Amino acid sequence: MADGKSTGKINHDITLEEIERECREHQKENEKRNIADECRTIAKLQREQSKEEINRLGGRTGPVLRRLLRYMLRYKWLMALAIALSVSGNLLALLGPMLSGKAIDAMTGGAGSVDFSIVIRCCVWMLILYVSSGILSYLLQIVMQQLTRKIVANMRSEIFSHLLSLPVSFYDTHASGDIISRITYDVDTINTSLSNDVISLATSAMTIVGSLGMMILISPRLCLIFAVTVPMTIAVIILLARFTRPLFRARSGKLGELNGLIEEMFSGQKSLKAYHQEVNTIRRFQKKNEEAVDAYYRADYMGSMVGPTVNLINNISLTLVTVFGALLYLQHGITLGNISSFVLYSRKFSGPINESANIISELQSVLAAGERVFRLMDELPEEPDRENALEMRKACGEVEFRNVCFSYTPEKPLIRNLNLHAEPGRTIAIVGPTGAGKTTIINLLMRFYDIDSGEILLDGHDTRDITRDSLRKQFAMVLQDTWLFYGTIYENLAYGNPDATREDVCEACKAARIHRYIMKLPNQYDTILTDEGTNISKGQKQLLTIARAMLLNAPMLILDEATSNVDTRTEMQIQEAMSELMKGKTCFVIAHRLSTIRNADTILVIRDGAVVEQGRHEELMARGGEYRKLYDAQFAGQTI
Amino acid sequence: MKKLFPFLRPYLGRMTLGFAIKVAGTIAELLIPWALSVMVDDVIPRQSVRDVLLWGIVMLLFAAAALVCNIAANRMASLVARNTTERIRLQLYSRISFLSLRQQSAFTLPSLISRATSDTYNVHQFLGMMQRLGVRQPIMLVGGLAVTFLMDAKLSLVMVALLPFMVFFVLLFCTKGVPMYTRVQEALDRFIRLVREDTTGIRVIKALSKTEEERRKFQKINREVVDRDFKAGLVMGAMRPVVGIVLNIGVVLVVYVGAVRVNRGQTSPGVIMAFLSYVSIILNSILFLSRLFISYSKASASAGRIAEVLEQPEDLLIEQKDRRDFSAQIVFDQVSFGYGPEECVRNLSFDVPRGTTLGIIGATGSGKTTVINLLMRYYDPQAGAVFIDGLDVRAYSSAQLMTKFGAVFQNDVIFHDTIRENIRFGRNISDGEIWKAVRCAQAEDFVRARGLEDMCAIRGMNLSGGQKQRILIARALAGKPEILVFDDASSALDYETDARLRAAIRENYGSITTVIVAQRVSSIMYADRILVMDEGQIIGDGKHADLMQNCAVYREISDTQMGRGEVIG
Repeated sequence: MADGKSTGKINHDITLEEIERECREHQKENEKRNIADECRTIAKLQREQSKEEINRLGGRTGPVLRRLLRYMLRYKWLMALAIALSVSGNLLALLGPMLSGKAIDAMTGGAGSVDFSIVIRCCVWMLILYVSSGILSYLLQIVMQQLTRKIVANMRSEIFSHLLSLPVSFYDTHASGDIISRITYDVDTINTSLSNDVISLATSAMTIVGSLGMMILISPRLCLIFAVTVPMTIAVIILLARFTRPLFRARSGKLGELNGLIEEMFSGQKSLKAYHQEVNTIRRFQKKNEEAVDAYYRADYMGSMVGPTVNLINNISLTLVTVFGALLYLQHGITLGNISSFVLYSRKFSGPINESANIISELQSVLAAGERVFRLMDELPEEPDRENALEMRKACGEVEFRNVCFSYTPEKPLIRNLNLHAEPGRTIAIVGPTGAGKTTIINLLMRFYDIDSGEILLDGHDTRDITRDSLRKQFAMVLQDTWLFYGTIYENLAYGNPDATREDVCEACKAARIHRYIMKLPNQYDTILTDEGTNISKGQKQLLTIARAMLLNAPMLILDEATSNVDTRTEMQIQEAMSELMKGKTCFVIAHRLSTIRNADTILVIRDGAVVEQGRHEELMARGGEYRKLYDAQFAGQTI
Repeated sequence: MKKLFPFLRPYLGRMTLGFAIKVAGTIAELLIPWALSVMVDDVIPRQSVRDVLLWGIVMLLFAAAALVCNIAANRMASLVARNTTERIRLQLYSRISFLSLRQQSAFTLPSLISRATSDTYNVHQFLGMMQRLGVRQPIMLVGGLAVTFLMDAKLSLVMVALLPFMVFFVLLFCTKGVPMYTRVQEALDRFIRLVREDTTGIRVIKALSKTEEERRKFQKINREVVDRDFKAGLVMGAMRPVVGIVLNIGVVLVVYVGAVRVNRGQTSPGVIMAFLSYVSIILNSILFLSRLFISYSKASASAGRIAEVLEQPEDLLIEQKDRRDFSAQIVFDQVSFGYGPEECVRNLSFDVPRGTTLGIIGATGSGKTTVINLLMRYYDPQAGAVFIDGLDVRAYSSAQLMTKFGAVFQNDVIFHDTIRENIRFGRNISDGEIWKAVRCAQAEDFVRARGLEDMCAIRGMNLSGGQKQRILIARALAGKPEILVFDDASSALDYETDARLRAAIRENYGSITTVIVAQRVSSIMYADRILVMDEGQIIGDGKHADLMQNCAVYREISDTQMGRGEVIG
């Protein structure tokens, strides 16, 4: 067949090298931007964000920090242990120079008169000291790692739990890539810094207080300098923090957007390839990528200004100490030795102040990430079940809609005054043109969305008076959009009914005519289904979800285009099993194959969110209305 | 990490400049204590207020220089990190876009997502840190060592003797750390998979009241991620204390050897005192560097994962093929193919003349979609060839090949964008063309009501199944393709709409060649040729009328759908 040799020519119109070159050129262009441009961009960002902040957040630094600390305080003993270890490690480190000083003192005699017994004793003590300080510092590491691990795990599982409690509408409006970004990247950002920061802040605070005390003892007058420089430092820190916060916020936000785009684009690869859109999406990606790295760069660069700036203040204060110390000395107000100790202590003092400044700027990224996490956590969960809500055991299956109105968005009413009544064990078929609100009825029945007005009754109880869990357990559901997870076929099938034995699963699969296919797979029922599994077709997935529904023992059944991708022959073959499945159950069937719903007890014809016709097949056909029109369309061309 | 270093190459000049500025800043900073000592030792005894103030100004100047230099150097570091990451991420994303479906599914989607997000992020973090910590601290280290060497060369040999040990430990920890962080990222792939899965399957999870089980699953994978991170952290956390102990042993040795040398009259206690203070500078810088090495291990693990994708060979290359003399537009010539070892289609041969319609029908899993995958060259057949306009599809560039097609797949995606953009799909198509396609796709009513500017929700959740399919069909038609491919594309349309759609396509896009995979006989019964597939082979071939006579399977399908069978469900 191959009548030519492979030329090995790359099959896309732009090579990676070209993309690279383009990007480099763009970067060079960007590098021409001067600092003034940058400041303008940042100022714009500040303005936008402050508006946003007023609108949405109400400037909640305090609450965000408090909520973050609450996570840490759950492990207050570990925290206390970490602080204790950190402080004692610092103390041990201070003992070292003292011992080496002693050893050096023993040498002061000069050649021939070194007291080796003292030197050796000091050396042995130093060894013990350093090894134990090393051990202590490793213990501190372990404790910190434990702390981080616990907080991360805790935070993530709380976010995830909260996610699962959110209404379906949340998922219909939020990109999964962004959700993933919050639960991975933002939580990571919080935790790589938060626990370390808090511990070092605590340790630093102790050192600051300690050396301040020492300095006051030496010269209260010189300390007045700190009355100027310390507030200056604090002011700078606060200013920079306020300045950088929006930048960190943008950094987290842009990364979330980028991740959202990546997830969406990767999920649509087949179509993107079909329309040859690889290059276009690369350009779209590049725009977001640029925004994300720019946001990161700005936060990074501005955040890294804190260190040198605080350093400057420290150096200024050092200069002031020296100059004023010198002037004091000239007026005989202080001794030379005291100046040098004062300088030494002020160095000790500036170290932790520096560190604290850096930590506080780091905390801005933590707070920005925290805001994003908490905004997710603050999404309202599904309205809680009413008090004394009924725990539905097993419903008879009588369903009634009374004057139900509903819309996803207030401007566009979708369901208007819908009334329907389904007796137990009956099959209700819902037909109508697309977008008429058929699937919405299912959404309302399962309480994925709550109705705006009217009532939905199950066995005479308002569904809002029944616990959601027990209400949903009354339904088995097969949807057009099949959902299978990464796991074995067996796990996927027994998902809704963990009591199902292997035999039960096999039986269900035989009934759903998918058993033979499964047995051909390398690991049969233990074959793992991957999301991208190319060798399983959509029809087969639907058969698997039908088998899953068969294993449920629910009194009601929802079939929303359940077999739309299954061929009709297979559909015929599973008919018997389907009838068995539907027997004695109240069934809601949405299908476009009118032939599949002809035997329904009631057919509801929906148009624009309201029932326009209702009745059995024969009645509706005889009436010659909407249903007749739909039915005829099926045979419209059957003239052969 | 080495594999990603070429991305840094364009910035070597800039990095060197940043390095020089940083050195200058560091020196300026170190000059302040020097000025201080000059002040205390020389200026103050002179008792001149003017000199005191002068030196004070000198110190302030140094402080200002340190500020300017450090900020400038940091800015440069951030810029280099920004630019490098931008290019790495762009290359990675582009490479992933150009991977074949086979390559993509070998990596799995969640893993590709996590490589493009979390891994590139780790690299970005390291690049910034490397330039910031990686300059100042080595200066301190080397400077400290040099000064000790100048002070007492023999004594500094003690320190030098310990260096190999420290290097050994650092290397040991890094080599241990990299695979551990790789395992963390692998666990993160699974973590991302679960979150992604549950965000898309929330309806089923809630319907089956399985939130508890999903929580348990999450707990497990969540624990796996943090535990692996914890283990890696424990190993890497030992680096600092171990290296610290080695260095401090050096301090003890210096004291002891120093004592011996003092005793021999070879050095003075003052030198040892100064020596020790420099050793503590060295110690500090090494402790800082150990933080850098932890970040390095993490970034290196991520870099490995990124490089793994970048190094994927080009798949589906353009091959040199001679044009064959076929009159039909599409020709399948004895094509066999399997995704794995098992064949999905066997020895498939058929042709589709230009402007005609081919219908494919058959049981679930019979290989219908595979035919489409081969036709559009998502995969290459193991045997046989697919021709379009007489040329093997392998001889086309993907641009030439794909612009021939307009396609709607099963599980096709609506993007979170306007309706217009979802139809236009990045192509240069006028609104007039869009409306024509929309009308033809029977989508005019609801598109008019919403407007082309209306946003489609994520995964098109604000659209009904039928509306989604109509937008996808409009997308396929809008590009005026030569070949229209519908893979079960009208399953959510009711019969009436489906029939009107077919009529409109005939009317407006008459010369188009159409390949329709369908479950419904009514969707394909007017096709010029219908293939009935079963287990990867053609078991029926002909027009509707012929098949009704010759093909039992087809007849059975048709009978069930055309009202003679009794079907519910």
